[in-house]
Amino acid sequence: MSVDSVFVHKMWNDHELSKMVEGGIPYPMLSDAGGKVGEVYGIYDEDAGVETRGRFIIDPDGIVQGFEVLTPPVGRNVSETLRQVQAFQLVRETKGGEATPSGWKPGKMTLKPGPDLVGKVWEVWTTDMASD
Amino acid sequence: MAEKPAAGCARPTGGPVGGAPVESPGEEPVPVIREGHKMIRVGKPAPDFVAPAYHNGAFTEEKLSDHLGNWVVLCFYPGDFTFV
Repeated sequence: MSVDSVFVHKMWNDHELSKMVEGGIPYPMLSDAGGKVGEVYGIYDEDAGVETRGRFIIDPDGIVQGFEVLTPPVGRNVSETLRQVQAFQLVRETKGGEATPSGWKPGKMTLKPGPDLVGKVWEVWTTDMASD
Repeated sequence: MAEKPAAGCARPTGGPVGGAPVESPGEEPVPVIREGHKMIRVGKPAPDFVAPAYHNGAFTEEKLSDHLGNWVVLCFYPGDFTFV
């Protein structure tokens, strides 16, 4: 979503993005002329007249599970967004029975919060697991 | 001659030329109250919206609440022809 019109979205998709992604962008490109939606989400920059790089993960119940906002010059890491979605999906599937510690990726071990885990995380999780 | 604006992600905007209008003395400035400035909070509902869209070669309309039941990644960016 950006403040550009759907006509500009069409030109960008058809003339540039379709050269990067076969068939063009598969998801809807939303137009927020005037920044009204961006203002409600707290990411519209009135001075510059554009939206900042806000990214919101919304679950099947319409609840915001996470967000990230960057100023315009720095781009995002899409695989980190996907990792977070996968983590939120796992937590939802286990109805909160499992949690994903720092550095979790699909296939890595999860934590089962409860009285037995208190003070025992060090036995199952080490700091080198926090990053790739 | 006007200087060339630097190319960047922010969209250059125009504005009125000249100084600020002179306010008549004795007039109390009216405070501007802006609504919708509540911060988004995790664990709380995402504000619903409807917006025009370009999707699969057609002009459509998207409503956030139509996607209940699915995971949604809502992504804002400064402008077309920049990066994500």
